Amino acid sequence: MFDDPNVVLHCEKIDKIYPGTLALDQVSFDLLKGKVNVLIGENGAGKSTLMKMIAGIEQPSAGKMYMDGQEVFFKDTNAARAKGIGIIHQELSLFPNMTVYQNIYIGHEKKSGVFLNDAEHRKGADVILKRLEHEIPADTMVGDLRVGQQQMVEIARNLIQDDLRVLIMDEPTSSLSAAEVKVLFKIMRELLEQGISIVYISHRLEEIMEIGDHVTILRDGKYVADADVKDIELSWIVENMVGKNTQYHRFERSIDLTKAEKILEIKNMCLPKQGGGYLLDHVDMYLKKGEVLGIYGLLGAGRSELFECLMGMHPEHTGEVIYEGKPMKIGSISGQIKRGLALVPEDRQRQGLIQTLDICKNTSIASMGSFRSGPFLNNGAEEKAVDAQISDLHIKVADKKLPILSLSGGNQQKVVIAKGLLTKPTVLLMDEPSRGIDIGAKTEVFEIIHEFSERGLSIIVISSELKEIMAIADRIYVLSNGKCTGELEGDEITEDNLVRASYAGLGTGASAEA
Amino acid sequence: MKSKSKNNNQLLMTLLKGRTFIVLIVLVIFFSFASKSFLSLTTLTMVAKHVALYGILALGMTFVIITGGIDLSVGSVVGLVGMLAGGLIQEGLTIGSKTIYFSVPLIIIFMLLFGCLVGLINGLIVTKLKVAPFIATLGTMYICRGFANLRSGGATFSNIKGYEGLGNTGFKVLGSNFLGIPAGVFIFAILAIIAAILLKKVPFGWYVLAVGGNEKSARLSGIKADKVKIIVYIISAFCAAWVGMINTAQLSAAHPASGDGWEMNAIAATVLGGTSMAGGSGTIIGTIVGAFVIGVINDGMTMCGVSEFWQKVIRGCVIILAVVIDQTQRNLQAKMALQARNENK
Repeated sequence: MFDDPNVVLHCEKIDKIYPGTLALDQVSFDLLKGKVNVLIGENGAGKSTLMKMIAGIEQPSAGKMYMDGQEVFFKDTNAARAKGIGIIHQELSLFPNMTVYQNIYIGHEKKSGVFLNDAEHRKGADVILKRLEHEIPADTMVGDLRVGQQQMVEIARNLIQDDLRVLIMDEPTSSLSAAEVKVLFKIMRELLEQGISIVYISHRLEEIMEIGDHVTILRDGKYVADADVKDIELSWIVENMVGKNTQYHRFERSIDLTKAEKILEIKNMCLPKQGGGYLLDHVDMYLKKGEVLGIYGLLGAGRSELFECLMGMHPEHTGEVIYEGKPMKIGSISGQIKRGLALVPEDRQRQGLIQTLDICKNTSIASMGSFRSGPFLNNGAEEKAVDAQISDLHIKVADKKLPILSLSGGNQQKVVIAKGLLTKPTVLLMDEPSRGIDIGAKTEVFEIIHEFSERGLSIIVISSELKEIMAIADRIYVLSNGKCTGELEGDEITEDNLVRASYAGLGTGASAEA
Repeated sequence: MKSKSKNNNQLLMTLLKGRTFIVLIVLVIFFSFASKSFLSLTTLTMVAKHVALYGILALGMTFVIITGGIDLSVGSVVGLVGMLAGGLIQEGLTIGSKTIYFSVPLIIIFMLLFGCLVGLINGLIVTKLKVAPFIATLGTMYICRGFANLRSGGATFSNIKGYEGLGNTGFKVLGSNFLGIPAGVFIFAILAIIAAILLKKVPFGWYVLAVGGNEKSARLSGIKADKVKIIVYIISAFCAAWVGMINTAQLSAAHPASGDGWEMNAIAATVLGGTSMAGGSGTIIGTIVGAFVIGVINDGMTMCGVSEFWQKVIRGCVIILAVVIDQTQRNLQAKMALQARNENK
């Protein structure tokens, strides 16, 4: 049925359901033979999920895959590998405690009899690393290598496979320097000549225009469009990636922000990265009283790290922070909370909530100290304060003594916000406050943000969803590769400007130090 | 200036890497001065006998700890295997009205198989029921100790010589000396060689390191992590079964309290030998040296007349010190790698 000789693998209406979310929704995808197939989409669009299906790491909830005109099903990575499919993971999947040659050959050991043939391993590793123009001694521990070198080892692992037909590369260049990217592209062209097909996921649009042959765009787990690279332009990609349909209503502000004073100012903030380079690279920004400040950027741009620095989680950062007109020396987390900073963290389950406690305790835990009579907890005061928050934020709760997990994702998120608000903050930091909640709850969260900013609370919101951040933020900073690459206000806030700025820091030369 | 500090680092590194061995030599010298009889043949034979017991347990423990697990049940397996072996020799196996007496080689095979069974159970509880290794093996530790007592109602099997007429003599061979060297030491040597081959020379050893280093990556590399974990628990209990038999033969009797607390000696020897409790690294040669250190400290202190109570205090200090030094070494290693990296740039 699907016997097109130009297609090495065909996915037919793939669904993938995770508890609570539909990560892939009826996605069909043709993997073209001997081409660089590029997958594009925002964070969470389903690119990596689709590739996990093809590599056998996870299995589709519904839908079929075909190779050579026959249906295939990969129950694990071995099954996919047997069909010649290799994957280079987004997050490195190496063994830091083992040597370079062990990492390259594990799973494909060369043996003489029952014994490992380490001489051949070392020789093979040397050959393959020479081809990659990275002559790393084969006996080096991988944990001792730079991230870029580790990435090369990860690539080398896949190249030793003789029967490789498909190589999936999930953001392989995110930790490579410009020179390393060049080598990688050279290798990719060699592989194409050998008839190997490549799937390439990257956020660096200019790279895609350089190396890609065919582009497929996903959005919210759905297929959106595909086209040959030679027929398209960057703006076409951005347009399809972001979409036109979902529109949030833009909030009108009653406060005149031009006259508001600066409540928080960050000057020259740097956070060094392990192994060289910066997670935050000389960032300057300010926040006005009552303002909703947006921070937009790709994954790994340094957004969460900025919040973590402000909350005192990275004592190694440098730079100056001026808070309410005075220089602030950032100490402990509890000290920052006392000063009036509150964080709504990105990962609700792991950082935001304590699953074993009930709704009431989750709301009050950060401000427990203020509900006391003498050395004892004053339960009455605590419950009164929690009740006030529940009604203020319209949290739908049958009984506040119920377990926190009995709430929907949206209401859990509101509890996390309530917890932050209960500490009576002057500045509220919100990291992806709309992640993983449904559209109705999103709108409600945005209304909360708007309402509290009208009351004079200063808020910084991180979001990787363009439409959202454009709807709620008065002003937006764009971070890219740790650098502040844009400050947009009013009419300057357009999708195109945001997207372009979010790639600006990735300029091939700029990341040479990474 | 810079290269001097680098050389210093390298010297320190060499010393740190060989630290357990250095400690061992220092201990031997110290005890030979502190106690006149320490360097005698009888004493050294006795030390070797004890070292073999802890050492064999520590071999298996090394595999388990490299995968990031722990096996607390080995001491109890020692006791239970001793009781089962002793019982089979003295009382035979009674099924209905018939009593069967097995020959010694068969008993040894049964005991080793029994050890593997306990290891399999440990492994299945850890992997399939997803119980933390500490808890899983704590449970089987109590269960095995309980059965060891139940086997005889708490009594000792004192006849392990066997009966000529029944053809089940010869078990004591495991406790006797050959060319002046205890049989246990030979078994320790053979098992150590097999263990070293398993860890270094066949793919299984890579898988053990991989599971301990990064379990998720191991699975993504197509390694059956659960299978690897089950096998390391089997190896551990298999080693414990050997110790159970050797110990019984050395004592000429099987007592249900045998091996009580030995898992701690095995863990101590493994950690002293440089195996990281976090998993991912460790060597057999290190573990062997670690077992010698534990054995020499124990027997040496006894010979010097240090009270049993103080011995425990000192042993505890030695273990903590060993881990602190281990971490120092790791930090230094990381620092040197960073230095080397910067110089290459």
